[in-house]
Amino acid sequence: MRLTLTVWRQKDAKSEGKFVTYDAPDISPDMSFLEMLDVVNQRLIEKAEDPIAFDHDCREGICGMCGIVVNGNPHGPRRGTTSCQLHMRSFKDGDAITLEPWRATPFPVLKDLIVDRSSFDRIIMAGGFITVPTGNAPDGNAILVPKDCAERSMDAAACIGCGACAAACPNGSAMLFVAAKISHLALLPQGQPERYDRVLSMVAQMDEEGFGTCTNHGECSRACPKEIRQEFIAQLNRDFLWGSVFSRPKVAGGSGAG
Amino acid sequence: MAAPATLLNSSVGKKIVMAVTGVVLSLFVLGHMAGNLQAFLPNGPAALDHYGAFLRELLHGTGIWFVRAGLLLAVGLHIWAYLGLTLKSWAARPTGYRVNDFEEATFASRSMRWTGPLLGIFIVYHIFHMTTGTLHPHFVEGRVYQNLVTGLAPVPVALFYILAMGCLAFHLWHGAWSMLQTLGLSHPKYLVARKAFAIVFTVLVTGGFVLVPLAVLAGMLK
Repeated sequence: MRLTLTVWRQKDAKSEGKFVTYDAPDISPDMSFLEMLDVVNQRLIEKAEDPIAFDHDCREGICGMCGIVVNGNPHGPRRGTTSCQLHMRSFKDGDAITLEPWRATPFPVLKDLIVDRSSFDRIIMAGGFITVPTGNAPDGNAILVPKDCAERSMDAAACIGCGACAAACPNGSAMLFVAAKISHLALLPQGQPERYDRVLSMVAQMDEEGFGTCTNHGECSRACPKEIRQEFIAQLNRDFLWGSVFSRPKVAGGSGAG
Repeated sequence: MAAPATLLNSSVGKKIVMAVTGVVLSLFVLGHMAGNLQAFLPNGPAALDHYGAFLRELLHGTGIWFVRAGLLLAVGLHIWAYLGLTLKSWAARPTGYRVNDFEEATFASRSMRWTGPLLGIFIVYHIFHMTTGTLHPHFVEGRVYQNLVTGLAPVPVALFYILAMGCLAFHLWHGAWSMLQTLGLSHPKYLVARKAFAIVFTVLVTGGFVLVPLAVLAGMLK
């Protein structure tokens, strides 16, 4: 295959970026998208040019590191597929492909197609945890979890935090990511103690990071490589409404006499 | 770390304000549309004039002001939420993509930010046109039916009303659908019902509204 790549090149976080077009001949349809970029980069290196920087790690679609906007689609045209699991057979010979980084204020571009996603880490730090029981390992199955809740919780927990939802959202909103993390814990008994504090803290952090606001376009679920559903955003909204309306002032924690 | 969010100082809270005020305004347009349709009754002119007098005399003339205050509050909060949310979203994506490929977003969902202000302009015009009569060349206080017919008789005015109802249709369609999600009332089990509700409500309200200028243009109301 022969492709024409138009790639966003940006030296570092402080520099202005620009689009550069590359001719990419002799590409095998069996290559993954990132392998194609490896080949293009090798040729750039041989010409003593700066290779295109892009994020990647496991290349198995489970780590959440990779992510390129391919022709306007985060992770490319295939649904439920990360950039690394996308293969060149999804394209045709002679295709022109535009590669852009995730675009959102809380995802500043570090270099070329690499963005800084630590804003997501700070949202998790704000509330994406549970109180850990100490002592002996609890008895297996001592806490009953309805099958349906376990399934839905696992569906939400499939989120790999890649940021494609916020990249795809016309508003630059991270609601699908936050909703997945909220729902994952809200659906399980272990998540109940902090359930409503969690949603208020994580939403506050999401706002502080500068993400946009959800207008229910639905582009996020379409772009999500783990196909996280819109129903989790409804779960977040439900928990937020309940939590914000019925929240009580915090009482000072006791020293715990025992 | 940020302080925990509250209803009024967070994006999700503002969306809830947007949704709740949207429900209030949706119920208002439904009632307004039903009121307008009295023009088509056999005794249309009298019915509409009596209805206008009834609204003005409700609770010794205070009723209409309670409703106006409530609507003004709802519109004010709707615009307040709109400004906060829109500016935040624009700030979140200062650099756009060279290539955009929307698959799920609809024309209605992407035009909400524009159909809203357009409807705002229309509502201001509509109040000066049909309520105060300032922009109505043949306005007669209390003659609701006659004002309607003479006011909508010029083709550009009727077309403007029809166009505004087009904006309302897109705004209501996405709004009704979106509101259920924002209030956390959507559920996969009722996905079909939710879509049907948005379509039926939109067609009912905007269809009912648009019949009036169409009937005036067609000479059915005179």
